[in-house]
Amino acid sequence: MTRVAAELEVGQAGRVARVVGVDEIGRRILEMGITPGAEIRRIGTAPLGDPLEFEIRGYRLSLRKHEAQQIEIEST
Amino acid sequence: MKTAAPPKTIRVALVGNPNTGKSTLFTALAGVRQRVGNYPGVTVEKKTGAMRCGDKHFELIDLPGTYSLAPRSPDEMVTVDVLLGRREHTESPDVVLSIIDASNLERNLYLLSQVLSLGLPTVVALNMVDVAKDRQIEIDAEALSQRLGVPVVEVQANRRVGLEKLQAALAAEAEQAPRERENPFPPAFQKHATELSTWLNENSSRPVPTFLVERLLLDGDGYLEGELLNGTATAGSQKLRAARESLAAAGMPVPAVEAMSRYDWVARVVNGVTRRPDGHQHTTTDRIDAVLTHKVWGTLIFIATMAVIFSSIFNVAQPIMDAIKNVVDAFGGYVEGLMSEGALRSLIVDGVIGGLGAVVVFLPQILILFFFIALLEDCGYMARAAFLMDRLMAGVGLSGKSFIPLLSSFACAVPGIMATRVIENRRDRLATILIAPLMSCSARLPVYVILIGAFVPAQYFLGGLLGLQGMVLLAMYSVGAIVAIGVAWVLKKSLLRGQTPPFVMELPSYKMPSFRTVFHRMWERGWAFLVRAGTVIFAVTIVVWALAYYPRAKEQVAADVAAQRAAVQNDAAALAEFDKQENIDDLEASLHQRYSFLGRAGQFIEPAVRPLGWDWRIGCAAIASFPAREVVMGVLGVIYQLGPKVDVDNAEDQNRLASQLKAAKWDDTGKPVYNLPVALSIMVFFALCAQCAATLAVIRRETNSWRWPIFTFAYMTILAYVGALLTYQIGIRIIS
Repeated sequence: MTRVAAELEVGQAGRVARVVGVDEIGRRILEMGITPGAEIRRIGTAPLGDPLEFEIRGYRLSLRKHEAQQIEIEST
Repeated sequence: MKTAAPPKTIRVALVGNPNTGKSTLFTALAGVRQRVGNYPGVTVEKKTGAMRCGDKHFELIDLPGTYSLAPRSPDEMVTVDVLLGRREHTESPDVVLSIIDASNLERNLYLLSQVLSLGLPTVVALNMVDVAKDRQIEIDAEALSQRLGVPVVEVQANRRVGLEKLQAALAAEAEQAPRERENPFPPAFQKHATELSTWLNENSSRPVPTFLVERLLLDGDGYLEGELLNGTATAGSQKLRAARESLAAAGMPVPAVEAMSRYDWVARVVNGVTRRPDGHQHTTTDRIDAVLTHKVWGTLIFIATMAVIFSSIFNVAQPIMDAIKNVVDAFGGYVEGLMSEGALRSLIVDGVIGGLGAVVVFLPQILILFFFIALLEDCGYMARAAFLMDRLMAGVGLSGKSFIPLLSSFACAVPGIMATRVIENRRDRLATILIAPLMSCSARLPVYVILIGAFVPAQYFLGGLLGLQGMVLLAMYSVGAIVAIGVAWVLKKSLLRGQTPPFVMELPSYKMPSFRTVFHRMWERGWAFLVRAGTVIFAVTIVVWALAYYPRAKEQVAADVAAQRAAVQNDAAALAEFDKQENIDDLEASLHQRYSFLGRAGQFIEPAVRPLGWDWRIGCAAIASFPAREVVMGVLGVIYQLGPKVDVDNAEDQNRLASQLKAAKWDDTGKPVYNLPVALSIMVFFALCAQCAATLAVIRRETNSWRWPIFTFAYMTILAYVGALLTYQIGIRIIS
């Protein structure tokens, strides 16, 4: 079972293994710096449960759950 | 056009990520004298300004903030086309000014990497160095400049620090020959790009720059293929697919290869040039966010913020709008006194002055809303508002960014539609624009108040807790919102269907807002409204004035007055009342209305509005209210002989109008026109109809096309008609 960024606990970090999908969402995720090898950290959750807040390359990014499911995390 | 050595104007294009202070830098360089227009065929705003430095003249072009130069739509193509000089009548800029947020270096350098691929002279403005320092991020600008091979100037746009150095660097760089730059892509990719480039330039009528060839290879969504491989569709697409497959087989899958190559390049550039503290930093922004996006506190603060904004556009704007109305009316009255009666006086007072008033009256709401929006954007809360509301809005296929525009539309759709600029996805933005006019705006309120007061019984339930009148008012507000949800859903399944757009959204660091920026943006919006939408609103007001004024059927009016006088001449008291000058004036105004083009149009459409329970007078008032909904009650006031000075916001006039409505009779049967189902049918019609020229003019401006205002008018009118028809037909059956 590969873990995805959506499954990170709040405060937990992981290293990006790959971004699944060649659609617009996948491309945007890559452009924003979520590339293989980069560290991604879950910062929090919106009050209604979606979207999620992450830290990547020193800045904060909001991703919907289904978007964060396209980001696979390296198993440690 | 060659005169004796004209001073050469250096054309500078400003490129950067959102939230980097790009607009602030643009304003700091160009001053407040900026020109705002639209690029033909797209919704992108074209902002240019001029700047002087010694004997050097610069023309600045502000390009929309973006994270990437990968065009996926005509709107995004504009930026690339401007930079490559592919738009008609414009050459490539002499220099690209790339603004970079020092506190967010890596992601900003990704865009710079693409900019450098364009091969144009480039200057980097390193902004927000102070913010970076606060976060213990150190950047050696000198070393960075050497690595990048372009000048890097440290600036603080909001404090106007470093601007002279920046101007000097721009002037110097414009005269430099383009330098060879490192290609971030692996050799195999470059080989495919070269092959494709050779083939394209042999098979295409127009040379394709290397940058676009690379993009063609990288952007698999088909947009560029459609744009560039049009004439050679099959052969070109096949070559492209083959190249992508071969790259994927070699471990360089498109599109990941671009992000990986460029971020690798970024890592090489920043290595040793910048130092940022290792690991996760708990920043001030995180501490603020812990409260502002907190389940309980965050939600409460959000609701309070929205309440302040909403009540400001509703309540603070209202007295100013009333004051504007009073000034306009007083000025109209003053001019009326100066001139003798006739067409010219009516044109100037009711047409021109009234038309100007109809435009200016929107300014308070627009300025107040954009003050708040600019404030929220500048301090960083805007993204949080979208973050908090996204789940809710995703339910109807929109995103959190649609929330504020739609909320504002409950006060007035005009600023609400203008506020949709924050939504970068075209389909989401259009859907939001198209449903915004369904939100019950403040102009509908007088219609509801008068009709509810006159025809809905003041019954109370649950010991006075629930009033029937209040419930009907709530129902009127709900009907628009509920229909809007349905319309949004249908639009997203039909006209605006497509993949769910990414909601990948940066949550920028909080900062103190700059009031210079906030006020500048507020005025910019207000001015854009006056110039671009105001003209249309003004023109519509004049046209409707003419329709209500002409033709002057003087003989017919005189004959009708005489006939009505004859009917009461045996009753001395009634005759005395009839002969009062003001009553004769009001009667004449009413008759002129009846015989005007507008009145005739009302009579002409009576068969169509009868199933709604309306007589020709209501039909006529509905047509006349096209410039603005609230006009409907004023027009009814004239028709029912209250004279042209009825003020629908004035309680006494409301009562007079209400009693006239209750007394109105059908021309043929003599039965009362108005009853509860008719009143409800009128209210439902006005809840759903698009009788607001200002809204349509703003939709035209924001979408840069007549197609969408026409569409909005058509779908809303159909909905309004069907809604009113159902209301009346069902209502009349329940009553009888």
